[in-house]
Amino acid sequence: MLHFDLWKRVLIWALCGAGLLLALPNTFYTRVEQSNDARSVIESGMTTPELEAQAAKWPSFLPSSLVNLGLDLRGGAHLLAEVRVADVYESRMQAMWPEIRDVLRAERATIGTIRLQPSAPDALRIRISKPENMDRALELVRGLSRPIQSLSGAGSSDITVSGDNADIIVTLSDAEKLASDDRTVKQALEIVRRRIDEVGTREPTIQRQGTDRILIQVPGIGSAAELKAIIGTTAQLTFRPVVGRGSSANDNPGLGNEILPSLDQEGVYYTVETAPVVTGDELVDAQPSFDQNGRPAVSFRFDTTGARKFGDYTRDNIGSPFAIVLDDEVISAPVIQSYIPGGSGIITGNFSVEESTKLAVLLRAGALPAGLEFLEERTIGPELGADSIEAGKIATGVAFAGVLVFMFLSYGLFGLFANIALILNIAMIFGMLSMIGATLTLPGIAGIVLTVGMAVDANVLIFERIREELKTAKGPARAIDLGYEKALSAILDANITTFITAVILFAIGSGPVRGFAITLGLGLITSVFTAIYVTRLLIVMWFERRRPKTIEV
Amino acid sequence: MRLRLVPEQTSFDFFSRWKLWLGLSAVLMLMAFGSFMVRGLSYGIDFRGGTTIRTESTTAVDIGVYRDAITPLGLGDVVISEVFDPGFRADQHVTMVRIQAQDEQESINTDTIQSVEAALQTVLPDIKFVSVESVGPKVSGELVQTAVLAVVLAIGAVLIYIWLRFEWQFALGAVVALIHDVLLTIGIFSELQIKFDLAIIAALLTIVGYSLNDTVVVFDRVRENLRKYKKMPLKEILNLSINETLSRTLMTSVTTLLALIALFVLGGDVIRGFVFAMIWGVIVGTYSSIFVASAILLYLGVKRDWSKPDKTAGNQFANVDA
Repeated sequence: MLHFDLWKRVLIWALCGAGLLLALPNTFYTRVEQSNDARSVIESGMTTPELEAQAAKWPSFLPSSLVNLGLDLRGGAHLLAEVRVADVYESRMQAMWPEIRDVLRAERATIGTIRLQPSAPDALRIRISKPENMDRALELVRGLSRPIQSLSGAGSSDITVSGDNADIIVTLSDAEKLASDDRTVKQALEIVRRRIDEVGTREPTIQRQGTDRILIQVPGIGSAAELKAIIGTTAQLTFRPVVGRGSSANDNPGLGNEILPSLDQEGVYYTVETAPVVTGDELVDAQPSFDQNGRPAVSFRFDTTGARKFGDYTRDNIGSPFAIVLDDEVISAPVIQSYIPGGSGIITGNFSVEESTKLAVLLRAGALPAGLEFLEERTIGPELGADSIEAGKIATGVAFAGVLVFMFLSYGLFGLFANIALILNIAMIFGMLSMIGATLTLPGIAGIVLTVGMAVDANVLIFERIREELKTAKGPARAIDLGYEKALSAILDANITTFITAVILFAIGSGPVRGFAITLGLGLITSVFTAIYVTRLLIVMWFERRRPKTIEV
Repeated sequence: MRLRLVPEQTSFDFFSRWKLWLGLSAVLMLMAFGSFMVRGLSYGIDFRGGTTIRTESTTAVDIGVYRDAITPLGLGDVVISEVFDPGFRADQHVTMVRIQAQDEQESINTDTIQSVEAALQTVLPDIKFVSVESVGPKVSGELVQTAVLAVVLAIGAVLIYIWLRFEWQFALGAVVALIHDVLLTIGIFSELQIKFDLAIIAALLTIVGYSLNDTVVVFDRVRENLRKYKKMPLKEILNLSINETLSRTLMTSVTTLLALIALFVLGGDVIRGFVFAMIWGVIVGTYSSIFVASAILLYLGVKRDWSKPDKTAGNQFANVDA
């Protein structure tokens, strides 16, 4: 009959209480947010009386997790970028060339002279003058291959070497390409994260998506264009020997050289060696500063190996120019005046203060290993977000009130019980959203509104069933019992099927769709819980006190 | 005095013309499909790539002015439409500017957006760009695939679940009803040329969930009555079951619609299309669980020997809590 163990009652109320408590911070959103921000600053070591006061705005013994507001509610920028992983193959092959050259030269007697031939960017084509000894040459080059350091590619080597008449063709092996792609994306992810952290915006989302994509969401930023300017630049800094200076991009640079335009001088082109002396990877620090004439500049410092290479080069090449190249553009090409042993230097150019600051940030965060291609970008202004929240609040309030009134009119006291459960239900959804740190989006609000409508369904099923059972006149207690018992299978089937669709939406969808799936799924769980436990407990408690002979549902 | 949507005891005959209803549903589905084929959906940039810019200005919108400003930029197909919403302030005039995709893969580049914004700013100095969204054709192609996959997977998963919990005839009935709902929703979107984007896919799947909810409740009662009245003809059992659950069906539909209509009127224009899809889905879903799912069940017939309750029957949950 109508019986609830004490431990069950305690557990049910405890869960409801926990839900309410977890949802509580959201009703004081701004206050809790400020307090949380202040606390995280204090934790990082800084503290001022103002920060302490802000932190104290929300008592620390209460839960302080908030529902994250999605970009469509808060405003901000969203970018989906694809990493051009193939970019890396080219530099890998270029880096291999000196090694291959040295090993082949040592055996000049058997394979003759060697010459680099034009080829696809991700391959090396080397012609030897004694093709009859090709086998020996291939053997030598294969000797340079290294085993792959990854789980999936274990056992294979990193390059494939083949012969084509008098040419040796060297490319990365497929397994190495896979491993390289993975490394490239991970690196790019890390660099993007560092750059965004340098700029210091709050709660950015930076995630890998699929094999070669990165999803970046930054709340509060003015536009996606701004975000692109920060993360879109490769910022590959190199120092290269200058071969010549000209005014045309179409001259023949000669093998091993390339022609690059000047960054600020229109129509000026430099012929520089492809292989750099030192690269930005060897930088340890970069800061905006000013040169001796007071113009904005960027000062930098190399690590030990970089400093040695840079020192050696300046010692050996006093009087000749070298180029400072940023992403295939020459920032400047000063003449080496003297030996620079300390490994620090200064980049001058026609910078504004903002430019030199940005360049320093980019250099400090490191270069992207490969270029980014932007496949999707969204900017949502904060006003639109605020309007959406406002509209969402009003709509949810009205929907809620409408359903509450309707339920009370239809089921009287029992409707009231269902309404209490419904309010608890909403609180629990918010509590769970806060707890798991889920993001609330506009479709997510729609999901909650839909849950409000559907949450009553379980109660309706039960109440209608109780009405039916009352007709067969077995007494109210039995009717309530039977009502719950018989409605249960329909409730579970109906909610499980809807839950299946929510899970599929969550698994496949992205962005706003996912937000919707989360609130719908959580709403289903809480609504089943409140319908079969909370309203039931309420009815049982009422029944125990009153012991009515007849009930009207 | 209680509010009652239906009298306490009803005995409507839902199946006196069940073949007619099935036929009507089939015709509606064909019409929806035809509309989809002929008119096509008005895809948003999620599915076809391109850029939308939402502008806000205090001066009343003259589409011609916008068009004259943008046309010289030579960006191809540009669609400009004014947005109305009762929630807007009196001097809040909103438009959506849609520009076709400019590139094979990537989203629009910053310079193009800036040139459009600059062009509009010269004619309307106070204009604000409250949102800019751009999707490259590469991603939009994939979004179409995942969207279709999501709908197919959802229907497939449901088919299997109902098959396990009931019988295959029930599963088939439920799935035909789902396809009916999805098709009719696509049909109304193509007929009214409402923007069809990623959020609508979410709405479609919710409709699938809701319609199923309804169908399962009716089927659950059918299963119960099949056990109870072993000799009663199937048609009468279906009728009885639907009448018994009618009050609940309408109560739930009305509460859900109540919530959705509040959102439709007050929730702002950004999600209006989404909410419209759901409202339509609730209405169509309620209809289909009676006149499509149950009618299919009647057409297919069911196993009548439910005497020994099988493992998967509903009563296993009876003692979940007692």
